[in-house]
Formats: sequence, C-alpha cells, structure tokens
Amino acid sequence: MNDRKYIIAGLVIFIAIFTFPFWYNLGKASPGPDIKLTEKAKAAKQCVMPTEYMRAEHMHLLDIWRHAVVRNSDRTFVNASGKEFTMSLSNTCLDCHSNKAEFCDKCHDYASVRPYCFDCHIDNPKEKK
Amino acid sequence: MESSRRHFLTIAGLAALGLGAKPVLNALASGSAGEFTGGVDAFKLKPNDKALKAKQWAMVIDTRKIKQASDLEPMIAACNKIHNIPTFEDKRHEIKWIWEDEYHNVFPTAENKFLNDRVEHIPFLVLCNHCENPPCVRACPTKATFKREVDGIVMMDFHRCIGCRFCMAACPYGSRSFNFTDPRPFIKEVNKEFPTRMKGVVEKCDFCAERIDVGQLPACVEASNGILTFGDLYDPKSNVRELLKSNFTIRRKQSLGTEPCVYYIV
Amino acid sequence: MLELALKGSKKYFGWIIALLVLVGIGFGFYLHQLDYGLGITGMSRDVSWGFYIAQFTFLVGVAAGGVMVVTPYYLHDYKAFGRVTILGEFLAIAAITMCLLFILADLGQPMRMFNVLLYPTPTSVLFWDMIVLNGYLFLNIVIGWNVLEAERNNVHYPMWLKPLIYLSIPWAVGIHTVTAFLYCGLPGRGFWLTAILAPRFLASAFAAGPSLLILLCLFIRKFTKFDPGKEQIQSLAKIVAYAICLNVFFFLCEVFVVFYSQIPEHMLHLKYLFMGLHGKASLVPWMWTSMILMVLGIILLVNPATRKNENILALACVTVFVGTWIDKGLGMISGGFVPSPMEHVTEYAPTPPELMITLGVYGAGFLVLTILYKMAISVKEEVRS
Repeated sequence: MNDRKYIIAGLVIFIAIFTFPFWYNLGKASPGPDIKLTEKAKAAKQCVMPTEYMRAEHMHLLDIWRHAVVRNSDRTFVNASGKEFTMSLSNTCLDCHSNKAEFCDKCHDYASVRPYCFDCHIDNPKEKK
Repeated sequence: MESSRRHFLTIAGLAALGLGAKPVLNALASGSAGEFTGGVDAFKLKPNDKALKAKQWAMVIDTRKIKQASDLEPMIAACNKIHNIPTFEDKRHEIKWIWEDEYHNVFPTAENKFLNDRVEHIPFLVLCNHCENPPCVRACPTKATFKREVDGIVMMDFHRCIGCRFCMAACPYGSRSFNFTDPRPFIKEVNKEFPTRMKGVVEKCDFCAERIDVGQLPACVEASNGILTFGDLYDPKSNVRELLKSNFTIRRKQSLGTEPCVYYIV
Repeated sequence: MLELALKGSKKYFGWIIALLVLVGIGFGFYLHQLDYGLGITGMSRDVSWGFYIAQFTFLVGVAAGGVMVVTPYYLHDYKAFGRVTILGEFLAIAAITMCLLFILADLGQPMRMFNVLLYPTPTSVLFWDMIVLNGYLFLNIVIGWNVLEAERNNVHYPMWLKPLIYLSIPWAVGIHTVTAFLYCGLPGRGFWLTAILAPRFLASAFAAGPSLLILLCLFIRKFTKFDPGKEQIQSLAKIVAYAICLNVFFFLCEVFVVFYSQIPEHMLHLKYLFMGLHGKASLVPWMWTSMILMVLGIILLVNPATRKNENILALACVTVFVGTWIDKGLGMISGGFVPSPMEHVTEYAPTPPELMITLGVYGAGFLVLTILYKMAISVKEEVRS
C-alpha cells in the first residue's frame, strides 16, 4: 500500500473537479424565468391543451404533431373541448406566441435546453432578431 | 454496509427500469394512432376536412405547350419561393426540387440521334417522379423517406433523416439534393409559413403534400398555365387519366420498373 | 492483458503519440465539418458519396481479408497459421473500427445515428450493413481476446468459443457481400449494377487484407522477438496471388460484358474511369496505375522465384495493396456516380479538410492496431521465452 497517498490525492482531485459545477454555482441559484404572454395568447385564455399539460408536455405534444402531420397526413388537432387547430409550429403555435424570445427562449435558456426546432421552423416574423 | 449497498442498487435499478419504461407506458396510454383519451388531456388527430384525396397522385406534363424556358419559369419560381429553396453559387451544393434540363439529359435512355426540332430545343421540366415502386424508399435505413399510404406521395421526414445519402445513390433520376451546409443564409426571400431545412439532410419535391392536405393543388400546377395536370392515377375519370387516354405519353427510364408517376406528352 | 500495451520502448510511445496527434488533427477538422456541414468536402449533388464511403468500402475488404488466416487454421486444421490467426483477427478489429468511423464521418446528421436502430428498416441494405459490421467487430473482439488470453495462460481456449469462430468465417464473407449489395442493388447506376460486384469485392479483399498482413508480419519479425514464420508468410503470399488473379479476372469479365453488350449506361462509367468523358479525365492516370500495379503484383506473386524472395514479396504486397486501394478507394465510388443519372459529368476530388479527416480516421485505426498488436506480440514473446 505504498501508493496510498497518491490514490487519496488522486481521488480528492477527481472529486473536486467532478463537483466543481455544484460548488461554483452554490448560492447563486437564479430565479425561475418570468414568462410573458402576448395579448393574443392572454385573450385566448387556454392553449391547445390545459396550461399544466402544455407546461410539462409541450415537447411531447409537438412530437405527436409532427408525426401526425409529416407521416400520417393528419393536419387537424381536436382538443377535449372539441376545438380544432391546424397542427403547425410556425403557423399555429408561433402565431399566438409571437414573442419567441420572451416566451420560448426564456424557459429554454433557463433549463439549458437547445431544441433545434427553430433551425428549420421560422420564428415569428413580427419579432425582431 | 453490505445490505445498504444492495438496497441502493435495487433502488437505482428500479429507477433505471422506470425511466426505460416511461416511453412504453406513454405509448400504451396514447392508444391507437391519433387518439388520446382521458379527461382534459384527451385529444383527436384527423385530416383537414378540405384535404384532396387520391389513391396515387400523378402528373402529366404537356411539353407541346412549352416553347421556351420562360414558359417554365413561373412554375419553378413558385416552387422555390414557397418551399424556401436556397440559391447556391456553387453548383455542387445546389438544391433543386423542380428544374429544367434538355431532352438528352431527361431521357438519356430514350435518345434518338435525330430528334425533331421542337423536342431538341425546348426545355424539359424535371422533378421527383413519386414512383409507385421507389428505390429511394427501399434504400432509406430509417424510413425518413417513405411512401404516404393515403396517396402515394414519396415524402421526406426531415426530422428523421440522418443524412447518409443512400437515397441519392438509389434515385435513378437525380431528383434528390443534400444540404451540404445551412441553407438559411442562401434563401433569397423566406416564406415564413414553410420550414427551411437544416444542414445534413436530404430533400426533394414533395408534390406539395402540405398544400394537398389543405385542399390546394401543388404550387407548380397552379402556376403552370395548363402545362401541368395533376390528378389521381387510379381514378378512371380523373383529368390525368383523360389525358393519358387521349395522348401518347412517355416516362423517364421506364425500363427500371420504378413506375414513375410523372408522364410527359411529347 | 491491456497492461502489456502500456510497456514499451521510446519508439513505441513516439509512434503512439504521433498517431494521437494525427487523430487530434483529424478530429479538429471533423469539428469544423460538424459545424459547417459536409460542404467542406468535395462531394456534390451529383457525386453524393466520396472519399469517406470509398475508404469504408476498401476497409471492409481489409477486415474480411482477415478470415483468410482464420479459415485454413480452424476449418482445415492448417496448423502453421495458428501463430498468425490473432494478427488477422486484430487487423479485422482495427479495420472495422475505421469503417464505422468513416460512416460516422459521412453522416450529415451524426447525432441521429441511432435512428437506424430506433426505426429498423429491413428493406435497407444499410440497416443490414450496420448489423453485420458491428457483429463482425464483436465476434473478432471476443474471439481474439479469448484465444490470446488462453495462449498466455497456456491453456486451450474455452469450448464455447468454437461455434463463434465457425460463425465468424461466413460472417466475414457476409460483411463484404452486404457492403457490395449497398451498391449493386441500385437501379440506374450502371457501373455497380452487376452480380459480380460482391465476388469482385471479396477477391480484392482477400488480396488487400492478406497483403497488408504479410507486410505487418515482415515488420513484426524485423522489430520484435516474435517471428510469424516463413511458411506462414509464404502461404499468405499464395492466397494473395490467387485472390489478385481472381480480382483482375472478375474485372475483365466486367469489361467484356460492358463493352461487348455496348449498353451505354454501363459503358459510360468505365469509359470515364479509363479514358475520360467529355474531356474530364482526372481519374484516368490513377486507374491505369492501379491496373499496372495489380498486373505487376500478379507477375511477382505467381512466379515462385520472386514470391519466395521476401524483399520482392514485400514489394509485390505493396503493389497489390496500393493497386486495390486505388481500384476501390478511388475509382469504385466516383466511377459509379460519374456520369450522373442525367448524364452530366461532375467530377469529384477530395478537399484538404476531407483528406485530413480521412487521415485522422486512419490514425485512429492504426492506433487500435498498434495497441492490439503490441498486446498480441508481448504475449507471444512471453510464451516463447
């Protein structure tokens, strides 16, 4: 066990580096994002699905939408209250949520996710880059 | 010590199992295609009421009505505009959905040494043939390109394409293009209603599936001034069938058995 | 056993570091490709596969060539090859590693690679190629490792290995057959649309793989205390001789069918490669060089006097290896795409970044090869001393 001190020193260094992000950010937790709705979105009261569902599952829903539109040629979405929507990220979602920077990006940035939806789907024209 | 470690492992294992099982449970919960039942989260997916329907879409190009390149320009421009087709200076990186070429190149296997003057000099329109037996669909390792069951359109799922370009090698018509780099900076005028593509995926003409699904004819057909006719190949009363009955038509590389659905009246 | 690769001379570590640098440079260029897209390569709308896929095709052959030492030993009980089977198996591992890296480098959206597993598509030959390549890699790792470990411990390898060894023999044929099927099942690509493509691929594989193996054996004998053996090298040389003859013969069969039938879609590609088309002829000197090298290889290998001289044999192996590399790694893929299905002649040449990425992958392959061979040879030296 002559290597004992090397092993322990190595372990300490490893743990220090490994946990670096945690203690570096200690006490600096940023507050949750403050999301702004557009007037149009406010007026609509509810999105295509209940707000709770949208908050947690919008990506899952978008996935269902794209599968339906691209692969099954279904273009219309009917929610529980029987309301119909055209399934389109650019033309339906972003029509109401025309403030991508204030709405989508804020949360995505906070959660550090980088969906590549907008590599192809054009964010709302009204918003300035 | 020993037991607590085992306990930890059990929990970790169960957690991993749970994570793995979640998508399965989700899939089970969502039931059959397009239905999701259960309280306020219920929804239904369906085609647009106005969607045009066919067993197999087909196109007839009446080349007798084509005199010069300017006759084809509106169709090509309409397509390029609504589909956000980029313009690359470098020919190697070109993206083409619908374009023009000479008879020799469009019909290399049906080439006569001495052609009549008209055919020799007019430009021919080329696009994806939406084959009934498409080799590109056979080749694709992810079903990113597939034949729509509802109407036979050979479709691209840009979300799924891994960019292996096997379909490009498989297509005997050169109908496919690859995004060698991000196309966005090269799009002259962006149509905000249609997505652009990202680098690394293959694309091609989709017979304007996005328009057909909401009751509109393909953009090129609308802009064609009667040169293009679009209809159901398997409806004996369709305009396409009427034209095929009353005119002699040819198709590109028929001998390959791909059954192209774009017919040319020469 | 991996610890054996951690002990070595200064030269050994110098070589390892050199390879790591090469891999690092290649990886740097790959990051650039990842960022910009495949536009940094010489590929185009008309020639949509280039150097990466060509190297992949050639290296599948090198990997399959390893079976030429495995079959005689395990199937025909040719005892002499017992000393070199491990070299064949480890060469296959390195070659397949490079194949997989080349496929990865060629993908437009590599992050979506696992879509192939997520949406399995049995109609796609690429799906099957993925299965056979990974399967072959797995088989060779398991077999090579266990046989070597048994040799080190001076025991017979475990019996459960036997069925895997037998399986690996048809599997080796399978990897190159399926790789040929990638091309030869495509309508409208006259150059590849030939039933002899898979046999031709196999013939060139059984020439290229064993000729590289001979060169490696000669190198090992010179620089280590392990001698793969004179008889072994001569037997391998005979295999190369037969295989290269077959390769050229198959090619001539192709030439006859194409030029006697005179069907333009088949003829134009060969014309492009060997004579040039519409004034474009960048591959012509390469293709003729390849032919000359392969014929020279045949002369040197078939003739016993030259074959038995190990210096000339080494030269013959280099000519065969380079000849088949040009044939498959340059001509085979470009040749199929020129002229295009619309009979346009767009030429292809790799760009410097593309070549750097290619070199990086070769570096990674040689790194794997060096480490595996170091292990194998250390065990052999250990056992013999």
